[in-house]
Amino acid sequence: MISVARGAATDGGTMRPVADMFQPLSRPAEMIHESALLVLAITAGIFVVVTAMMVFVVWKFRRKGPEDDLKEPPQIYGSTHIELAWTVIPILITFVLILVTSRTIGEIQNARMPEGALKIRLVGHQWWWEVHYPDLGIITANELHVPVSSRDNGKRRPTEIVLESADVIHSFWVPQLAGKTDLVPNKRNQTWIEPFATGTFFGNCAEYCGTQHANMLLRVIVEEPEDFEKWVSGMKRPPAVPADGLAAQGRAAFYGNSCVNCHRVDGTAAEGVFGPDLTKLMTRQTIGAGVAPLTPENLRAWVRDPQSLKTGCLMPDMKLADSEVDSITAYLLTLQ
Amino acid sequence: MNPDTYDPNFRMPDPERIGEERGSLTRIIQEMVFTVDHKKLGLMYIASGLLFFVVAGVMATFIRLQLAVPRNDFLDPDTFNRLFTMHGTAMVFLVGMPIIFGFANYLVPLMIGARDMAFPRMNAFGFWVFFFSGLLLYFSYLGAPGLYAAGSAPDVGWFAYSPLTAKAFSRGHSTDYWTLSLLMGGIGSIATSINIIVTVVCMRCKGMILGRMPLFVWLFLVVAFLVIIAMPPLSACQIMLILDRYFGAHFFDTQAGGSAVLWQHFFWIFGHPEVYILILPGFAIASEVIPVFSRKPIFGYPVMVAASVMIAFISLGVWAHHMFSVGMTSVGNTFFAISTLLVAIPTGIKIFNWIGTMYGGKLRFELPMLFCLGFLFQFLIAGLTGVMLAIAPFDWQLTDSYFVVAHFHYVLIGGLLYTIFAGIYYWYPKALGKMPDFKLGLWHFILFTVGFHITFFPQHISGFLGMPRRIYTYDAGRGWDLYNLISTIGVVFQAAGILFFVFNLIYSYVKGKKAGDDPWDAWSLEWATTSPPPSYNFETLPEVRSRRPLWDLKHPDDPDWKYE
Repeated sequence: MISVARGAATDGGTMRPVADMFQPLSRPAEMIHESALLVLAITAGIFVVVTAMMVFVVWKFRRKGPEDDLKEPPQIYGSTHIELAWTVIPILITFVLILVTSRTIGEIQNARMPEGALKIRLVGHQWWWEVHYPDLGIITANELHVPVSSRDNGKRRPTEIVLESADVIHSFWVPQLAGKTDLVPNKRNQTWIEPFATGTFFGNCAEYCGTQHANMLLRVIVEEPEDFEKWVSGMKRPPAVPADGLAAQGRAAFYGNSCVNCHRVDGTAAEGVFGPDLTKLMTRQTIGAGVAPLTPENLRAWVRDPQSLKTGCLMPDMKLADSEVDSITAYLLTLQ
Repeated sequence: MNPDTYDPNFRMPDPERIGEERGSLTRIIQEMVFTVDHKKLGLMYIASGLLFFVVAGVMATFIRLQLAVPRNDFLDPDTFNRLFTMHGTAMVFLVGMPIIFGFANYLVPLMIGARDMAFPRMNAFGFWVFFFSGLLLYFSYLGAPGLYAAGSAPDVGWFAYSPLTAKAFSRGHSTDYWTLSLLMGGIGSIATSINIIVTVVCMRCKGMILGRMPLFVWLFLVVAFLVIIAMPPLSACQIMLILDRYFGAHFFDTQAGGSAVLWQHFFWIFGHPEVYILILPGFAIASEVIPVFSRKPIFGYPVMVAASVMIAFISLGVWAHHMFSVGMTSVGNTFFAISTLLVAIPTGIKIFNWIGTMYGGKLRFELPMLFCLGFLFQFLIAGLTGVMLAIAPFDWQLTDSYFVVAHFHYVLIGGLLYTIFAGIYYWYPKALGKMPDFKLGLWHFILFTVGFHITFFPQHISGFLGMPRRIYTYDAGRGWDLYNLISTIGVVFQAAGILFFVFNLIYSYVKGKKAGDDPWDAWSLEWATTSPPPSYNFETLPEVRSRRPLWDLKHPDDPDWKYE
């Protein structure tokens, strides 16, 4: 079910779970959409014409009765003129398509980013997304926050995304924002988005990457510039350290167990890099790269046994005692 | 020798009688194992292809059941991933390839007036290598856990992108079964292709110059050349993968500086010609069936030959259109978009020529013709969605989505499988001497066509709505629920159609009408001999003077050779 975590720091605005590529709300998806419409029109035209030819021929020249078997129809072996006609017309159509394609490829791939474009580094993992804002010093996971751009040339605010992978090939795909670009290990790819509408956009990893490929979902939260700045300053504020109570016990349990080997919490001894950064865990909408909404119940279930929510994910069942599950969940809930 | 046990009536066993009488099970098995007859091997190819087709089809049914509703718990993710990997691999290598080779084996010698293939023993070798490569692949379900007790059947997808196949991400032996099976199958395919080429080049009967060969033979000649060019890169990358996995090489090992993209280039240099290796035989069958049931010669024979050769040639230079999203330069993307679009030209010419063949004819809607008409319509759709995928920017949206799944099922089912059905119904009387039952075949056609479109058409739309392929489950509310449910419902109709097909094959063999030598009133040489043909094919080798030798015989007043 698509829903937002209650009490999360940002509400994400309009949810856009239906990622219809024919309702683009961003460049380059809009540019793709334009050429796609042209191609659809041309292919639909060809489809109608050729199907009509087929139906006409099949109907007109059907065997009408046994009298048709007595005499063979006139034997025609071919015609150079007709062959020429149906060679030249497809060549012309193909030529038009070639021009459109080449132009759109160039416009998208060789687009120049204006000064002040936001930069993001996105690293694919089995089966989650690591998100870095190198200029802002922010690290998070599975959700990109970006500002909405403007069609006014002077106020453009596109986002440039560098794509890398820590293990196998993944693919970045948020259909309403941009087409796919793969995250290939040992290769640095790039793409860009320039959304013109706010809201939470949905995407999936689009290159098969192993057991939990299906639950490697990505959300892009597009916000008004001021909301984005608010999110940035919030992300830079380290979470308060719980002084006592269950959360404090949980904190001790978190650092006493092997959690810290894989997870990172900024400014603490937890410096693991194999799992998602938990510094601002509770600002996110989902847990397990979109497998479930980030609610206290789901969080507790995840701490209890991640395999019950996301079979085969690389975080093992830590076999924690019930009291530890409760306290660690309480601690994680303070990370906002 | 002890004289007490001496039996004066003892005779050495007659080698002919080993395994008891003709027709007994052991005798049939013995014949199958020892035969080098191109017709028996051809039928064995087709029969084992159909066997694997049923198995891989059942796997597809499980896939559809899992996806019928969101967050379904019917299958766990690993099982699902194994299913689609095995389904894809089996359908391409154990169904498509053997069935087309079966047709080539059975028909090429008959059509060119030869007594057998050029190398009958190599022919048998090719079959058995293929057959055991199939068994090896499926044995992975039992054998692949290996020493590590991890994994069973391969779960890396049918194109097995590295580094998912590296030791670190694919433990146990499942990937090794996949690799070795494909390596073995490749050897069989190359052997068969060499055989086809040599047969066509050297063993045509008197008068059959290249320009008089049936289009079927032309197309298989082209296919055989494509196999010989395309298979070695596949075998090479399989060997590189084995070296990576077991001998510390780093071709695809990205952790040690290898290249994941290198695998994709190797695989698709094989993989794209492979698509044409599979669809050109479909064209071959359509080019035989459509003229006979239109009662006219093929329209524009030389253009059809030229278009086939052109398709094959261009298909060698389009492979990276499978990789538009991998991060090639804009120049690379543009090149492969252009070369891919060029394929549309000769393919369009072929479709127009088939329509031209029907124009002015007297169309008889027998079973083979019905399936060929289905092929024409569905292949038109597949071709046009192919044009959409060739537009690289559009492909950035469409690739690896359900749109692609729909596209290639329209190519391989709507295109290839329909012509295979047409071919089976068309040559069934020749191979088995009995007519296939029309009513059962009509049910097969109607149910399968309805089911096919119900299953695969909605997948275009779920692709447009952002559904990626190869996901074992999805959330409700993404707009995909309805299309997936419809898709799954279609499977019921397809399965019912297949039941009618299989039943028809058996029923007609037992109860069918006797076919006679030439039930369709056709024109190529295979109809000049008895049904089924004797092991030596022709009593005296024929001599031909035109592309339609039997037309000349039947119409001595108006023979073809006057006009060609």
